Amino acid sequence: MEAILFYIFAIGVLAGGAMVVLRRNPIYGALSLVGCFFFLAGIYLLLSAPLIAILQIIIYAGAVMVLFVFVIMLLNLKEEELGESTWTFWKGAGLAAVVLGTGIIAWRALGPAYPGAPPYDNAVRFAGMGFGGAKAVGRTLYLASVLPFEVTSLLLLVAVVAAVVIAKGKI
Amino acid sequence: MDFFHAHQAQHYLVLAALLFALGAAGVVLRRNAIIVLMSIELMLNAVNLTFLSFSRFPLVPNSPMGNFLHGHTAVFFVIATAAAEAAVGLAIIIAVFRSRTSINVDEFDTLKL
Repeated sequence: MEAILFYIFAIGVLAGGAMVVLRRNPIYGALSLVGCFFFLAGIYLLLSAPLIAILQIIIYAGAVMVLFVFVIMLLNLKEEELGESTWTFWKGAGLAAVVLGTGIIAWRALGPAYPGAPPYDNAVRFAGMGFGGAKAVGRTLYLASVLPFEVTSLLLLVAVVAAVVIAKGKI
Repeated sequence: MDFFHAHQAQHYLVLAALLFALGAAGVVLRRNAIIVLMSIELMLNAVNLTFLSFSRFPLVPNSPMGNFLHGHTAVFFVIATAAAEAAVGLAIIIAVFRSRTSINVDEFDTLKL
């Protein structure tokens, strides 16, 4: 069951990611990226990370992609302003070679690290303790890394101020 | 599906590697600045997937659960940083589009000597 779900989600993730790179119109790229993030949230659920999966859908597929679509609509590019779509044979072949080569190298390189089945499966070992749930992740977040958590709020404040200052032009 | 269960960690990690390669290829190949930013988001998500894979299938022996959940908190911070990066990057694209009426990254050569 987990295998079937993994392959479905993996094909969805890779197809969505490929559409982002291949489609000429950025609005189609943004919409396929939303689909890619939804499938990736499914992969996160398989990795027993339900909190991160929900955050992925709310923040990435919700907030960030709405920002992208908003900017694409705001720029309202004409057909001739989208730029050339020069997909030559060598560009396509290079893309396929890079992606396939990376996959084969990663598979071969991971062989010695995991010779058999993974020795420690935390989803099974800590199933009773709520591994990946909001309570467990929240405890780790607030006990072990509370300073980075607070600094993140400062980072978001700086980003908001920077976005306003850059995009406003004249204040 | 014995093959999947015998190589479970590799499946997730290779998927992350493929997604990262797709994002890197998009950054190099495409000339549209918005698609370059979206490809960067793809690469960040591939890194998140790697964090979560190693959080579930660690290589180290026994530790308390909190040590493995540091991967989940790292993903949390990456998501927050990616949101900030998207906001600033899109603001830069809007500012450049105002001055040059183009979002082709080949024409962003003001810093060139």
